[in-house]
Amino acid sequence: MSGVRVLVGTRKGAFVLTADAKRKGWSVDGPHFGGWEVYHVKGSPADPNRIYASQSTGWHGQVIQRSNDGGKTWETLDNKFLYEGEPGTHKWYDGTPRPFEFKRVWHLEPSLTDPDTVYAGVEDAAIFLTSDGGHNWKELPGLRRHKTAPDWQPGAGGMCLHTIILDPSNPQRIFAAISAAGAFRSDDAGKTWRPINHGLRSEGIPDPDAEVGHCVHRIAMHPSRPNVLFMQKHWDVMRSDDAGDSWREISGNLPSDFGFPIDINPQEPDTIYVVPIKSDTEHYPPEGKLRVYRSRNGGNEWEALTRGLPQSDCYLNVLRDAMAVDALNPGGVYFGTSGGQVYASADAGDSWAPIVRDLPAVLSVEVQTLQ
Amino acid sequence: MIRVVLPAHLRKLAQVGGELQLEVEGPPTQRSVLDALEASYPMLRGTIRDHVSKERRPFIRFFACEQDLSHDPPDTPLPEAVAKGAEPLLVVGAVAGG
Repeated sequence: MSGVRVLVGTRKGAFVLTADAKRKGWSVDGPHFGGWEVYHVKGSPADPNRIYASQSTGWHGQVIQRSNDGGKTWETLDNKFLYEGEPGTHKWYDGTPRPFEFKRVWHLEPSLTDPDTVYAGVEDAAIFLTSDGGHNWKELPGLRRHKTAPDWQPGAGGMCLHTIILDPSNPQRIFAAISAAGAFRSDDAGKTWRPINHGLRSEGIPDPDAEVGHCVHRIAMHPSRPNVLFMQKHWDVMRSDDAGDSWREISGNLPSDFGFPIDINPQEPDTIYVVPIKSDTEHYPPEGKLRVYRSRNGGNEWEALTRGLPQSDCYLNVLRDAMAVDALNPGGVYFGTSGGQVYASADAGDSWAPIVRDLPAVLSVEVQTLQ
Repeated sequence: MIRVVLPAHLRKLAQVGGELQLEVEGPPTQRSVLDALEASYPMLRGTIRDHVSKERRPFIRFFACEQDLSHDPPDTPLPEAVAKGAEPLLVVGAVAGG
């Protein structure tokens, strides 16, 4: 029987939420790693029982965990994330050079085909790879050594590499995004990278059309159309039809130009979801109304999805890794909030209900569709 | 036999209940005790001190015999009571956070 497993990372641990294909009658398992910040939990597409989690605290630093049984039990893995060679410098908030220093893993992206291969996006921005199930991590240093890296500056949340997308049609192609450097693409499996920010416009940087320096919040790709990318940026929602070579704005009638997550319905490659947030300073929903916006034609035309979501006095946030869409039909959409709710829709966003209301602040939400 | 008490997060990570006991060759120091601890519990590597520099993480303290030993050089012999197993070495998470 098919079902779904929702993997939730929070400020104080991880939770595993499961339901059958009707997506009702949820069971809640957790907290796992109670008291630790869990930035991301993600399962392997090649083996759904293989799940990786990034846990950290200010006291003890980074720990990586792995489950081989769908999140029931966990094994501690290697946590040695060492930059290759000289760390080099990036630009600090005051413009002075500052050495790259590992802080935490923001995002884990398991290989599409091999459960033992996982990419890790870290702060300060770099990408690491394990090919032995997490027992050893090695940096792919070409990105951090890019000629623009000395000019990269951190976003408000730190200089994090938060998005890694693997192209299912081309194993050599990897996309990555860094706040606040921008989007990058590798066409040689991570050896070399080039910025793909042409068409992005950011008012908060000296040159709004600069090659790097854009605060990209999230990128999404549908596996059937790997050249089509959707981006939620610090300002605007963007679309590329040429694998990031150029971007155009598709914000259309959205009520704000800000937000963090963006995701695509696996059943409908032109159906995309965002959660508009008011401005870059207030970081809560416009008018105190929590609304997911859906476009069914690839952008520009958006409809507010409100049924079951609070429409008054709602001042929470939804972070960049905290939304996911399952592969059932109709698609199930999930997002977690800074207020500890995880909302689910079993009808592609038409109506919503909370799975849980009182978790710690949610940092990430992923969903696995189980057969 | 050297006795070591870990903070709650690390006891859970190492899957140990209360106090640990470690065999350490020669006069025990912070370095030799942590070396023995990490050899027995590899999941603790990097959570108390840096993987490479071996410097204590900023929010970790080392206490024993009602003294703060955190700023002692790592090769300083630990107090005799710790060496004899009469007192534990306390690895403490600083009171911080929320």
